[in-house]
Amino acid sequence: MTREIAVIAFAQTDHRRTSDELSEVEMLMPVLHEVLDRTGLQTADIGFTCSGSSDYLAGRAFSFTLALDGVGAWPPISESHVETDGAWALYEAWTKLLTGEADTALVYAYGKSSPGSVRDVLTRQLDPYYVAPLWPDSVALAALQAQALIDAGETDEPALAAVAARSRAAGQDNPHAQLRGSVPHGDYLVRPLRTGDCPPVGDGAAAVILAAGERARALCARPAWIRGIDHRIEAHSLGVRDLTDSPSTRLAAERAGAFDRPVDTAELHAPFTAQEIVLRKALRLDDTVCVNPSGGPLAANPVMAAGLIRIGEAAARVHRGASDRALAHATSGPCLQQNLVAVLEGDPR
Amino acid sequence: MPEVLKAPLVLEFPFTRSLGPVQSAFLTGLRERVVLGVRTSDARTLVPPVEYDPVTAEELRDLVEVAPTGTVTTWAWNHAPRRGQPLDTPFAWALVRLDGADTALLHALDAPGPDTVRTGMRVRIRWAEERTGAITDIACFEPYDGAAPRLTGHDGHFDNAVTGIVAPARLDYTYSPGRAQSAYIDALAGHRTVGERCPACRKVYVPPRGACPTCGVATAEQVEVGPRGTVTTFCIVNIKAKNLDIEVPYVYAHIALDGADLALHGRIGGIPYDRVRMGLRVEPVWTEGARYPDHYRPTGEPDAQYETYKELL
Ligand SMILES: [Zn+2]
Repeated sequence: MTREIAVIAFAQTDHRRTSDELSEVEMLMPVLHEVLDRTGLQTADIGFTCSGSSDYLAGRAFSFTLALDGVGAWPPISESHVETDGAWALYEAWTKLLTGEADTALVYAYGKSSPGSVRDVLTRQLDPYYVAPLWPDSVALAALQAQALIDAGETDEPALAAVAARSRAAGQDNPHAQLRGSVPHGDYLVRPLRTGDCPPVGDGAAAVILAAGERARALCARPAWIRGIDHRIEAHSLGVRDLTDSPSTRLAAERAGAFDRPVDTAELHAPFTAQEIVLRKALRLDDTVCVNPSGGPLAANPVMAAGLIRIGEAAARVHRGASDRALAHATSGPCLQQNLVAVLEGDPR
Repeated sequence: MPEVLKAPLVLEFPFTRSLGPVQSAFLTGLRERVVLGVRTSDARTLVPPVEYDPVTAEELRDLVEVAPTGTVTTWAWNHAPRRGQPLDTPFAWALVRLDGADTALLHALDAPGPDTVRTGMRVRIRWAEERTGAITDIACFEPYDGAAPRLTGHDGHFDNAVTGIVAPARLDYTYSPGRAQSAYIDALAGHRTVGERCPACRKVYVPPRGACPTCGVATAEQVEVGPRGTVTTFCIVNIKAKNLDIEVPYVYAHIALDGADLALHGRIGGIPYDRVRMGLRVEPVWTEGARYPDHYRPTGEPDAQYETYKELL
């Protein structure tokens, strides 16, 4: 790798159960302005723009093109979009900066789950021949994974409840979080998962700015350098996978250099409590690592933005000197099917 | 600020999908109450079978029959079934490794309650009464303690194999258009067309979407435009749309309302379709109780000069 690339700014909305009064672009635009303001850049200064979202969430066709209204795309900008979490948009932007074709990139993601039923919407990403016709919702699939972990003796319901409680206690310090503080663990939603094991359903948006080399140093007091980033996917058929493990996360982490030296912080995109157990094992995180100090997706889970937020939160801790080496993880698909790992570092202090 | 508008929105599509040879054999087999897996080069049997090896990406074609009985590898109790799911009474989702298979199939397991389900329990397929060659030909699994039945010895070749599936998909939403569009729709119900002005470039957008796409800033200043406007361009519609009670041919046009910097579109009426032209001056026609103009008709004014609307094309 010949070019150093860093996350230099991060902004997010307050994540809320509903945002009826705002269209997607109205929800997103303040975040775009905020992240640009942090660097003093304007749209015209940005070399590449990339976003992640899914029209199925709000049932709004071509919402990703309407969202561009909030960027100010005239004169025409260099732009791309991924129909998945914004963490993958960041990956695309990172490769674009590596080529040297751009020095700065704006990456954003948004999700408005409130107009629809996200549990049902997410069934549409499943194998259309053998699985989607059965409409297995996202909580049901996560529950199958949780039961597999319990059967394997790797966790139990009290341990899962502890993950939830720790996340929402951490969320207390995150003004953007949707579920904060003491939240009842609730009844079974799909057993063995209780409402407390599941992420809040809500609306939100996030944006980061990437910059290369000296540009990053000029725009940010302590850039969060991306030392490595990689993403890997597993077979789509759930019955082929070992749901108690995440080999794709482990491989992505290896390739991102996560195991070369210990990290002090990890922001994990584990929307369901049991998935944190799987990720901790795959990423070899012990109790010395501060996991999800933001509260993680159990405190706020705007679908399509929650993975990008993990990278943003990890970077923000590097920016403010709370972390020297942080791992950020994002996931997509059922039961941690696809996983992205990034390692971020600050310059020595 | 007007109240937030909301309306139900249903997205419904029948997805018509063609099948590869392995999928076709598997789903045809279900129709005939035969379960087929596919053999990999390292002698694993995948059920449900796939066209390509998930590890090596090798093309797979070696079909092999497995039993309709099997073992639960993990499960989850679903006390509140949702629309489209296999059973409408509480059931367990289960991954089931059929006897003879090395991988597990996802389906519903009909059991009296969560206390009767455990990983490792034995189950068998309950076939749907009417089968078409689809995963739903398996109605569900049911607990079963007996021996595995004898295989039929099927080789995976069927007469009249299914070559495709039609998978209906329906998602229900409560649509809300947001602040700017709510204000626009609200004003329209009072027979006023209200756009929003960009604070930076001063352009007036109708209908407003809340942001200036050129400047990327919020528009907020409301500006009433029209009611009259100019046809900037148009097309003649010759094919009757389903559920639309308009005689063809008719004209659909871009109309720049006076004071707007963006043309909106609408139908032109009150003039033969072949007399509509660029520059034609029009005004909205409201029907009784309507929340938006039914169409636009000529005002009788002289046509607008091209120079006055060329930037709005
Ligand atoms: Zn403007």
